[in-house]
Amino acid sequence: MLDFVQQLVSGVALGCVYGLIALGFVLVYKATEVVNFAQGDLMMLGGFFAFTFIGMMGLNYWIGFAGAVAAMALFGMVAERVVVRPILGYPQFSIIMATIGLGYFLRSVAGMIWGTDDLKIDTPFSQGVLRMGSLVLAYDKLSVIAATMILCTLLWLFFNKTVLGTAMRASSENMLAAYYMGIPVKRVVSVVWAISAAVATCAGVLLAPITFIHSNVGLVLGLKAFPAAVLGGFGSIPGAVVGGVLIGVIESMAGFYLPEGWKDVAPYVVLLTVLLLKPEGLFGLHVRKKV
Amino acid sequence: MRFLFKTDYEDDIKLFPHSGYVVSYGILLALLLVAPYALSSYLMSQLVFVCIYATVGVALLILTGFTGQASLGHAAFLAIGAYTAAYLQEYNVPFPVYFLAAGLLTGIIGAMVGFPALRLTGIYLVIATISFALIVEEILARWESVTHGNEGMRVKALSLLGVTVPRDSPTFYYLCLAVLVLTIVGTLNLLRSPTGRAFVAIRDSETAARSMGVNVALYKVKSFAISAAITGLAGVLFAHKLSFISPEMFTLQLSIEFIIVILIGGTFSLHGAVLGAIFIVMIDPFLTYLKDDMPGIIAGIAAAFGAGPATAGSIQSSVAAFASLNGLKGAIYGIIIVLFVLFEPLGLYGRWLKIKLFFQLFPLYKRATFKRQKIYVKSERNR
Repeated sequence: MLDFVQQLVSGVALGCVYGLIALGFVLVYKATEVVNFAQGDLMMLGGFFAFTFIGMMGLNYWIGFAGAVAAMALFGMVAERVVVRPILGYPQFSIIMATIGLGYFLRSVAGMIWGTDDLKIDTPFSQGVLRMGSLVLAYDKLSVIAATMILCTLLWLFFNKTVLGTAMRASSENMLAAYYMGIPVKRVVSVVWAISAAVATCAGVLLAPITFIHSNVGLVLGLKAFPAAVLGGFGSIPGAVVGGVLIGVIESMAGFYLPEGWKDVAPYVVLLTVLLLKPEGLFGLHVRKKV
Repeated sequence: MRFLFKTDYEDDIKLFPHSGYVVSYGILLALLLVAPYALSSYLMSQLVFVCIYATVGVALLILTGFTGQASLGHAAFLAIGAYTAAYLQEYNVPFPVYFLAAGLLTGIIGAMVGFPALRLTGIYLVIATISFALIVEEILARWESVTHGNEGMRVKALSLLGVTVPRDSPTFYYLCLAVLVLTIVGTLNLLRSPTGRAFVAIRDSETAARSMGVNVALYKVKSFAISAAITGLAGVLFAHKLSFISPEMFTLQLSIEFIIVILIGGTFSLHGAVLGAIFIVMIDPFLTYLKDDMPGIIAGIAAAFGAGPATAGSIQSSVAAFASLNGLKGAIYGIIIVLFVLFEPLGLYGRWLKIKLFFQLFPLYKRATFKRQKIYVKSERNR
């Protein structure tokens, strides 16, 4: 039983990281119907920025964290302007390919700049554990869970309660109509990319104590975050986090209870099953196609 | 400029619209047939890879280019074909049998993937095919009694009609070339048949195709099966060419490479698969060549502009240091993909058509002919 709870908690913590990356997918998808395959690599880059500020320049953890988030927000805007905006509205497949190309580029460049070693950031939560009875919970994992809850709530409020969030939803439904309503669509899309890169950076920095940062971390985790986003229905912010937690728990349970090899496959098996039964994901809207 | 006068439907779907096609493709085929006597063994080896990649490219074009179903899982079909060949070879099954068996098996598995894919579109389909490929990769690594797991499998040289065909012999090249040519001709015929028309109709509008009486589900599954089967056949040749296969050769990376083949070549014509395959296979030796020779050339240019020998030497060494940076190749790959998507969406074959049109219309060519129209995003959720 204790093993079960321990696995559950570590699964939830891992799942929250997937959820955070998935949140980035969902944000961009909600606002522009673009699927950003480079999201994991944005996370990786965010982690490296934070490492540069904290590990190499010796800044305070929180200042370094904020600096990395700001730098990555700017980077997200630049990436959107250069790679995505010229082909916005074209078949999804070309945008997917463009972002895959961007991902390749970021991975290689990060490998060139920061090398291929695993890097580690010292955080205030790196050490120490919380003991509840005989249950042992590491602070770094708890910090991930807490941060995910906070970010998810903030983003949900932002999308549903603020004017800018409403403008984002409007421009995703029909860009031309949004233009007519006086929404500065280009700026809105820019802001969305900035937010999604910032969220990715949070994921990267929070992840640093758990899995370390290396140039391929984005690819590995990004591939896990996809099932998370799809399970959650790709258009739903709480869905992304729930999907991420589901994937994380499934993965750690499969790693513990099933024979070796299932750990990496189980999330995809579950994903395919869900897609078979409910092609829109668990939280997706059911749509009918009009001619 | 040539004007083709068509009087009936048969004219419209002819394989060779006019005699120029016969002449130019005849010359191309003749050149390819004498290639083993003219090219170095390294280039021949690359040419075999071009044939294999182009075969996969054609398969992917049937599915992605003509039926409109994206797939990032074709490495899995290739792997299934390759492993079928390697496994059956252990039991001394003759080549023609396991070649066809590999095609049949991948075709069946392709159809099985096609069924669940019926309900999925766009991004969901991409994710589903990625998941499928990852699961297959893991199965290959774990099913040790058949695949020998991560140790991989040796593939013996293939023997055809009692003759052993080594993987770098001209005969093997002719075999790959024959498979490619047959695939292309078969696909061209498929595309002008009702089945091919149905594929294109589904790509253009599923709803419209359905209302015209096309059985969308049936044709999608057919498209998946055909595409997978051709990829499986290519997988057999791939296994023989490499003579050793292991699960980590058939990763997502390879699937992405196949997509890049058709993306760079052009997704609207079979020419694209071949051009893209040439590009993808030749870019590696080309980059290596640049890496080896570029520093010297740049230093030479610097010297020509009056830089002293010391400066030129330091330029040469710094350029060489840059060129040997780890991962430069990946960065160049990434840039190439992005540039093609942004500036050459019709691919290399599209560029060739533009150049051809420019000379055909010579003084009258308008740059706006191929200009992209402004498109506004409209949600797929309520389209």
